[in-house]
Amino acid sequence: MVDIPYDAIAGVPPAEVPDVELYHPRSWWTRYVFSQDAKVIAVQYALTASAIGLVALVLSWMMRLQLGFPGTFSFIDPNQYLQFITMHGMIMVIYLLTALFLGGFGNYLIPLMVGARDMVFPYVNMLSYWVYLLAVLVLASTFFVPGGPTGAGWTLYPPQAILSGTPGQDWGIILMMASLILFIIGFTMGGLNYVVTTLQARARGMTLMRLPLTVWGIFTATVMALLAFPALFVASVMMLFDRALGTSFFMPSLVEMGTLSKYGGGSPLLFQHLFWFFGHPEVYIVALPAFGIVSDLISTHARKNIFGYRMMVWAIVAIGALSFVVWAHHMYVSGMYPYFGFFFATTTLIIAIPTAIKVYNWVLTLWRGDIHLTVPMLFALAFIITFVNGGLTGLFLGNVVVDVPLSDTMFVVAHFHMVMGVAPILVVLGAIYHWYPKVTGRMLNDPLGKFHFWVTFLGAYMIFFPMHYLGLLGVPRRYYELGEAAFIPPSAHSLNAFISVVALTVGFAQMVFLFNLAWSLFKGKLAGGNPWRATTLEWQTPETPPGHGNWGKDLPVVYRWAYDYSVPGAKEDFIPQNQPPATPSARGALP
Amino acid sequence: MAETALTSTGEPSARVGGLQGIVADWSSDQRAFKNVSWGKAMMWIFLLSDTFIFSCFLLSYMTARMSTTVPWPNPSEVFALNLGGRHIPLILIAIMTFILISSSGTMAMAVNFGYRRDRVKTAALMLATAAFGATFVGMQAFEWTKLIMEGVRPWGNPWGAAQFGSSFFMITGFHGTHVTIGVIFLLAIARKVLRGDFDLERRGFFTSRKGYYEIVEITGLYWHFVDLVWVFIFALFYLW
Repeated sequence: MVDIPYDAIAGVPPAEVPDVELYHPRSWWTRYVFSQDAKVIAVQYALTASAIGLVALVLSWMMRLQLGFPGTFSFIDPNQYLQFITMHGMIMVIYLLTALFLGGFGNYLIPLMVGARDMVFPYVNMLSYWVYLLAVLVLASTFFVPGGPTGAGWTLYPPQAILSGTPGQDWGIILMMASLILFIIGFTMGGLNYVVTTLQARARGMTLMRLPLTVWGIFTATVMALLAFPALFVASVMMLFDRALGTSFFMPSLVEMGTLSKYGGGSPLLFQHLFWFFGHPEVYIVALPAFGIVSDLISTHARKNIFGYRMMVWAIVAIGALSFVVWAHHMYVSGMYPYFGFFFATTTLIIAIPTAIKVYNWVLTLWRGDIHLTVPMLFALAFIITFVNGGLTGLFLGNVVVDVPLSDTMFVVAHFHMVMGVAPILVVLGAIYHWYPKVTGRMLNDPLGKFHFWVTFLGAYMIFFPMHYLGLLGVPRRYYELGEAAFIPPSAHSLNAFISVVALTVGFAQMVFLFNLAWSLFKGKLAGGNPWRATTLEWQTPETPPGHGNWGKDLPVVYRWAYDYSVPGAKEDFIPQNQPPATPSARGALP
Repeated sequence: MAETALTSTGEPSARVGGLQGIVADWSSDQRAFKNVSWGKAMMWIFLLSDTFIFSCFLLSYMTARMSTTVPWPNPSEVFALNLGGRHIPLILIAIMTFILISSSGTMAMAVNFGYRRDRVKTAALMLATAAFGATFVGMQAFEWTKLIMEGVRPWGNPWGAAQFGSSFFMITGFHGTHVTIGVIFLLAIARKVLRGDFDLERRGFFTSRKGYYEIVEITGLYWHFVDLVWVFIFALFYLW
C-alpha cells in the first residue's frame, strides 16, 4: 500500500522561503570557536555535554563502589554520597541528555534534514551554546566551592535542600540554581531556533508530513521544553531567593538544628508541583527525540518504510501533549489531596496508548524487513526491548496503590534508569554510530562497536534488572549504607556487589567507545556520502562532511517522504527524498 | 531578490479561508505560517514561553497568598499615597498602569509609521514609547523605595504575611526587568530607524544581517506583551 499524499508524484511549489543570509567566517576563531554554523555548534554542544556526562559517569562508579562494598572505600563519606547522587542525576538528565539531544542532534540534524542552509538565527544559536557552556562551568565549579555541590537529591526538594545539615547548603545549592537558570536561558535561545527552523525554513516540497521522524521528535520535544522549562525557571528563582534572601516561598516554619528557623508560611508542595510540571515533560523531552531517531534507524537498517508514519507523528504529538497533565504521579506520597492521585493515575495510563502504538509500529517495521545487524541497528533493537521493559514498570508505578509501597525504593531507580536512562542513551549511542560518518567522513570501527554494544546492552540489563528485585524487597534508594535491616537478606548485599562490578565493566566499555571515536577520526574507513544508503536529505549533501551552507549552490527540492526503502520496481532499494520522479510529465510541472 | 523576502510579508497568494485554510497551510511545504517572517514567528513562540514563566510566577504567588496562615496586607492601603492632604488608594499604580497602556498606543503608531517608512515619526514615537516605559520603571523604583522605607523586605514586612514582600519584589522586579529590556530594545531600534539603517540595508553589527522595518513590529509585539502581563499583575496582585 502506497500512501498517496506523502508519495504523490507531483510538481513542487515555487520557492517562497529565501535563502538564509549566511555568516561567512573569516578566521579560525569564527570558524571553529565562535562559530555561527549549526554543525559546529552541534559538535560543541555534543562535546561539552559528553564531557560533563563523563563526570556524571564517574560519580555513578563512586556510588556503586559505596553501595557494592560498603565500608571499603574510606574516601566516600555519607555527605559525598548524597552529593554524588544529586550531581549524577542532575547532569545526566539536564546537562547531558537534554543538551545532547536538542543542542547536539537538533542543531546538526534539523537544518540538514529539512533542507535548510543553517538555523534561522545563527547568532542567537551561537549565544545559546556559550550560555550553556557557562551553565556547565557554574555547575562544575560547585565541586570546588566550600561545602561542595548540593546533596539534596536531583529533585532538590525543599525544605531539606536549603537547610543546614544537607551537604552543599552554603554554596552548592545557590550555584546549582544559578546554573539551572543559565541553562534555561541558553536553551530558550537554541530552542526558538529549532522550532522556527522546522516550521518556517523547510526546503521546497518538504511538507511537515514528509519530515523524517527524527525531526518530528526533536521538534516536539523542543516545543515541550519551551513550555516546561519556565516552571523550573520559576522554581529555581524562588528557591534561590529562599536560600539567598531568606524569603519563604517553599519553607514552612520548622526547627532547624534545635532552633526555630527564620522561615515560615511557605509551601514545600508548591515546589514539587512546579518541579514536576517541568520534570515529567522533561522525561519526554529526552524520550521523544529518541523515539524519532530510533524510527529512522530502524527504517534505514531494515530497508523498509516506517510502519504507520502518520500514526507515529500523531503519537509523538499526543505523548507530548499528555505529558503536561501527568506530573503529579511523581507526588503520590507527597501529601497532596488524595483524589488528585486518581486523576493523575488515569492520565498516566492513557499515555501508554500512543506509546504502545509506537512500539507496535517499530516492531511492524521490522516485520519481514531486510534487517542489517549493523551497530546502529543493534542499538535501536536494544532500545525497543529496554523501552518496553521500562515502560511496563511505569504502569506499575503509575498506579497509586502499587506506587505507594514502592516509593523511594530501588524499584523506582531501576524503572527510570531503564526507561529514561538506558533507553535514550542506547539511542544516543546508536545515533552516534549512524551519523558519525556524516559528521567526520569516516566510519566508526565495527568490531569495537559490536564489543561496545554487547557489553553496554547486556551490562545495563545486569545492572538494572536485579535492581527491580532489590526494590521489591524494600531496599530504599539514596541510602549511603543498608546496615543490618531485618527485611534485607544477605543475598541482597551480594547482589549489590554484583551490580557494582557490572557497572564498572560497562563504564570500561564506554572508554572503549571514546577510544573508537578518537581513533576512527583519523584511521577509520572512509565513509563516502551515504554509507547506509539512506533516503533522508542529510545523506545527499554534495560534500561529506557537509560544507558551509550545507548544500552547495542549489537548495535541495523534496519529492517524496523519507521512507522510500525497497520500493517495488525501483532500481535501488532506497530512493532519496530529493530524487525527482521518473515520469516526464511530472517533471515538466517543475519550475 | 531573495534577501528582501526574508522578512517581507510576501505576495498574498490566493488561499483558502477558515479551517480549511489552516489545514492547507500546515500541510503545505516550506512554511507552516504563511507570510510570517522568521523573526515574527520567533517572537511569538518566545512570548508563548514567557507567558508560561509569568503564569508560574502568578500561580505561585496566588498559592502562597491562599495558603499562608498570617493575614495578607491590604494592597489598597499599602499602595496608597497622600496627595494634597488626601489619602488615595492605589493612585500610583493607577498612574503607572495608565502610562504603560498609553505606551502601547504610541508603539502601535510607531509600527504603522515604520511600514510607511516615515523614519522621523517612527523614531519619535518609539522614543516616546521608551520614555513612557522609563517613566513606568522610574515610578516602580519610587514605589519600591517607599515600601522599603516603610520596612517591607523580601523576608518580612510590618503588616502581615512575609510572602507579600517576597512575591511583590519578585513579580514586579521580573516584570520591571522586562520593561527595562524593552526600553533598551526600543532605544536601539529607534536609533537604527533614525539613522536609516533599514533603507540603506546596513548590516547588523553582531549578526551581519540586514535589518527591516519589520523589527519595529517585532519590538512592538514584545512591548504589547509586557503591557498585557502588567494588566494581569495589576488585577491579581493589586486589586485582589
